[in-house]
Amino acid sequence: MHHSISLTVNGVRRDIALSDARVTLLDLLREQLHLTGTKKGCDRGQCGACTILVNGRRINSCLALAASHDGADITTIEAVARDGELHPLQAAFIAHDGLQCGFCTPGQIMSALGLINEGQAGCDAERIREGMSGNLCRCGAYAGITEAVLQVQKSLAEAEKRQVA
Amino acid sequence: MKSFDYVRPASVADAIAAGSLPGAVYLAAGTNLLDLMKGGVSRPDRLVDVTRLPGLDRIEALADGGVRIGALVRNADLAHDAAFAKAYPAVAEALLSGASAQLRNAATVGGNLLQRTRCAYFYDPASGCNKREPGSGCDARHGENRLNAVLGWSDACIATHPSDLCVPLVALDAVVEIEGKGGRREVRLEDLHRLPGEAPERETVLALGDLIVALRLPADARYFSGHARYLKVRERTSYAFAVVSAAACLRIARGKIEEARLALGGVAAKPWRAREAEKLLAGAAPHAENYRRAAEAALAGAKPSGDNEFKIELARQILVRALATAAVGTPERIPALPASPLSTRPGALNDA
Repeated sequence: MHHSISLTVNGVRRDIALSDARVTLLDLLREQLHLTGTKKGCDRGQCGACTILVNGRRINSCLALAASHDGADITTIEAVARDGELHPLQAAFIAHDGLQCGFCTPGQIMSALGLINEGQAGCDAERIREGMSGNLCRCGAYAGITEAVLQVQKSLAEAEKRQVA
Repeated sequence: MKSFDYVRPASVADAIAAGSLPGAVYLAAGTNLLDLMKGGVSRPDRLVDVTRLPGLDRIEALADGGVRIGALVRNADLAHDAAFAKAYPAVAEALLSGASAQLRNAATVGGNLLQRTRCAYFYDPASGCNKREPGSGCDARHGENRLNAVLGWSDACIATHPSDLCVPLVALDAVVEIEGKGGRREVRLEDLHRLPGEAPERETVLALGDLIVALRLPADARYFSGHARYLKVRERTSYAFAVVSAAACLRIARGKIEEARLALGGVAAKPWRAREAEKLLAGAAPHAENYRRAAEAALAGAKPSGDNEFKIELARQILVRALATAAVGTPERIPALPASPLSTRPGALNDA
């Protein structure tokens, strides 16, 4: 059975024919749209490597059926840097050694963007760690990841303070 | 994954018509179902996508003082709804202790109720599992079973229900609204899930085509908001299912517990309401020895289903700890590690 859906992917509207109802958002992004920044780790919702933003919220794209997301607005790691400039979060991951092999990094970055949007963790390292627990890093770069997210949260909080002042 | 037809009905009536055909399964977020389908554990012929059904994604305050939660409300949205979290803090804490932020953003309340057991033998099509394939035996019974049930199990099945959300909900007398071929009906959440007996494949009282449309908490559920906690022992700090968990919701006045609501998770095929323990605490002083007596009563019928006798004492201790923390009072804000008996604060007790 054929389905067609339309998605906005990184700001661009795409009309997409699905050849099979079994296609997940992850497979659609990687195999059909050739956006291979989103990684397939476990493919079972356990590792977070496939994290993307759907309508601004982070989810596991491996457990999201594409057909069910007709009309969704999707952001992937490919749209995070702008005009050749790294997003502050990407720069912070590099500055704090928040990666080693890099396989989990796109998922970590998208998850951290989601965490920042959610506004629950603030500058509390424990809340950041808890909020990032859906992203595994087999290299064990967790300390650097937490520091990177913390740094971005702190600079956002300072910018907000300056704006109020 | 086996191939399937995909339909996306626009009304509840159309959904029930499509969902009543043999081989049909409802799809909400799919965070559990797709995982099971990828593993060949669930093999539906048709997915009936209910995510676009109108009106099922709202949290409504009811005129009688209760609250109605649409089945499609996402776990994260319910937990972060300020009015809801204030009135039912143990429910919010349970939600935030479950899964990961990504999964909570997707997973729905209705789906949470109907999530399947995490018994490893259920997930492995090469193993015997009476729940997955009736009559094939229970390989968990003499296998790796340290996380399996200690209450309400049978020789046919020793699986547990993995939900965190259901534990405080069952303590607070939640009601499930169901639409089906015969119209609308209600069942108490406590009666939704069945114990395995001889037919572990029949996990709930739902009939073919039945669709959970909402959950309700009655007006009196909010009276426990000042003394309500959910505690959960996991094998890692975060992002893990409960080994055992407990919800404790108390009404305390003039130094006495007027009413207690208690339930356990991770111990049985359903969220386990501990009514005998509740009775012991009604009118009692909020003291450690009374908590221990209540915990003894709550686990009086427990027996190991394998290499898991430790869970019985662990459940008693986590219930005692939940009672003690609830009696202290609901924290202003849900802790950084929701429902965790562990603390990273210097000097705090780590004795659960």
